[in-house]
Amino acid sequence: MAYRAHVIISGTPEQAQEVKAALMGKLDTLGLNEEIEVREATGLTPRSVTMASRGVEAVVYPEVVHYAGLTPAAAELIAEEHLLKGRPVQDLFFEEHPAEPLDAPSAKEVRVVLRNVGTINPESIDDYIAEDGYAALGKALTEMTPAEVLEVLKTSGLRGRGGAGFPTWLKWSFARAAVSDEKYVVCNGDEGDPGAFMNRRVLEGDPHAVIEGMAIAAYVVGAQEGYFYVRAEYPIAIRTLRLAIEQARDYGLLGKNIFGTDFSFDLEVRMGAGAFVCGEETALMQSIEGKRGQPRTRPPFPATSGLWGKPTNINNVETYANVPQILLQGGEWFASMGTEKSKGTKTFAIAGKVKRTGLIEVPLGITVREIVYDVGGGVLDSRPFKAVQTGGPLGGCIPEKHLDLPVDYESLASVGSAMGSGGFIVMDDLTCMVDMARFFMEFAQEESCGKCVPCRVGTRQMLEILESICAGTGKPGDIEALEKLGASVTQGSLCGLGQGAPNPVLSMILNFRNEYERHIYDHKCDAKVCRALIEFTIDPPTCIGCTRCARNCPVDAIAGKAREAHVIDPEICIRCGICAEVCPVDAVFVE
Amino acid sequence: MKSLEELQKIKERALERRRLAGEGSRARVVVAMGTCGIAAGARDTMTAILGELEKRQIADVVVTQTGCVGLCEYEPIVQVQVGDQDMVTYGNIDTDRVSTLVEEHVVGGEPVEKWLVRK
Repeated sequence: MAYRAHVIISGTPEQAQEVKAALMGKLDTLGLNEEIEVREATGLTPRSVTMASRGVEAVVYPEVVHYAGLTPAAAELIAEEHLLKGRPVQDLFFEEHPAEPLDAPSAKEVRVVLRNVGTINPESIDDYIAEDGYAALGKALTEMTPAEVLEVLKTSGLRGRGGAGFPTWLKWSFARAAVSDEKYVVCNGDEGDPGAFMNRRVLEGDPHAVIEGMAIAAYVVGAQEGYFYVRAEYPIAIRTLRLAIEQARDYGLLGKNIFGTDFSFDLEVRMGAGAFVCGEETALMQSIEGKRGQPRTRPPFPATSGLWGKPTNINNVETYANVPQILLQGGEWFASMGTEKSKGTKTFAIAGKVKRTGLIEVPLGITVREIVYDVGGGVLDSRPFKAVQTGGPLGGCIPEKHLDLPVDYESLASVGSAMGSGGFIVMDDLTCMVDMARFFMEFAQEESCGKCVPCRVGTRQMLEILESICAGTGKPGDIEALEKLGASVTQGSLCGLGQGAPNPVLSMILNFRNEYERHIYDHKCDAKVCRALIEFTIDPPTCIGCTRCARNCPVDAIAGKAREAHVIDPEICIRCGICAEVCPVDAVFVE
Repeated sequence: MKSLEELQKIKERALERRRLAGEGSRARVVVAMGTCGIAAGARDTMTAILGELEKRQIADVVVTQTGCVGLCEYEPIVQVQVGDQDMVTYGNIDTDRVSTLVEEHVVGGEPVEKWLVRK
């Protein structure tokens, strides 16, 4: 039987049945039942789950018209208008953004660093001053001694938000104690972790908060000049920041004799040229000086010998942005949030397989579960949670058994992960932990500056092993080799990049060793990601012979006549998965 | 900047300007223009809003910008405040939704419920 059109219906079984019955009944009345075939999409695949959330949907082939939110009456209308008269019913078209309520419960969020972000106009200094902007700097300069500022910071318990979590007051006091006629403060805005964009948001949304925090730091340590180091990939942040600096100069909030005191301070923006390692403080300062960005041994620490050999205080964007609020509201206020050792709030960039990707600020000590499910809305398509990667390419993963782990510096470190700067990448059961480790290792290997041999050579060797496991040519002993190499790279590298590069692999082996063994010994990738270990097949009874897969196959690996079951040639197939994506009846299976 | 008093004066002036802008206008429309918003089309949305207001010859609506609201998934995000009502947040405001938004909420005073982000 040759049909002139197909209608594929999907949704929850009961509702889809109802719509299907109504449509078929109407087609019968119209005498179209022999020209048009109506089918239900089979199986509860991820795609039909998302579809179900938009009610009953139908796609009319061959013209591929997509309807959503269908009722039996709507189906009858489609039969009459579209299928009989050839006039698609526009009112019922599927909309890319469903007009269903968008949820964003913000109850668990507490905004300190982000208090102005998304509310004030970042291009207006008056808007910032209206929200008590620069009042903390004024208070510090006119009413407090540097020692008193340090005391407030000490009470607050603020720790560096760049990753290592070093107490901010202590860092400042080292630079303050250093004797020199010239000192500097530097802001590290070289946010390089894949999937992390917390600092960009602060720089773009509330640049004056960071400028004010730096000015306060300069007052405490005795610096006259400051540098913003922002990666060139953030052009809007850089533009906003430059504008903010100009406005602050116009108001005399940067420049000479600020607030009528003898404190003078000015700022410059320097752009990073794309090297991840320049987020490391010593490499960053080399880069500001115009040299090649490579880390050096510490000590001497920047606090005694930093930029141009002078005492320098360097903090992350978020650390500085916390300071004005702490001075205005008091150290006790800040310390009332968070855990015993990790005070205050932290911003996180939630990305990956999660419903609501975005940027959040939560009190430290919140659990991983609360971040994923309450703030992030849960795993995308309601799939099972597998793990979350924190700390970016130098951090580690947190598996399901640690979902109730409180998020603070110590707890994350205790399970082999790290706070890092705040990346939070959610992974579901369709994420392969070998492939993920390979991705992070590739990143670290490419970004290794090459100075330390263990990092330069070790990351390459580890990457090669991971690549061979993904390619199905892993050997017994590979896991042990990764562990051994990882330990050497960590021990033998100067900076955080080398020391942290093996972390993702090691923590994934620690938590998902079985997955590595499946790849090596059984040649199976259970997440069906590693192309060498999977095969695509078409289920003949399900296939309607619509030819979409064959037409979309980039290597012509699919054969079959129209309206007959198609077959994939595994010899030609490159496992790109396009056939599975385009199949309207989910007839393509992955093994 | 010579003193805390001077800062206080600037603050008061800024707050006063805000108040006057609020009194002199029927509504405030704020478009989130962080990198995430712009990537999702916030510039086009902004242009469309300005165009729609011009087309309707509405001059007493303040259109301004802000940074990332945090809900990158729902960009472009537009916040609207009409008169003394609370400010509300809309998600996925592509250009084709602008006309309805202006018509129903800015002019009509009734929020477009189906596009609201529920907090």
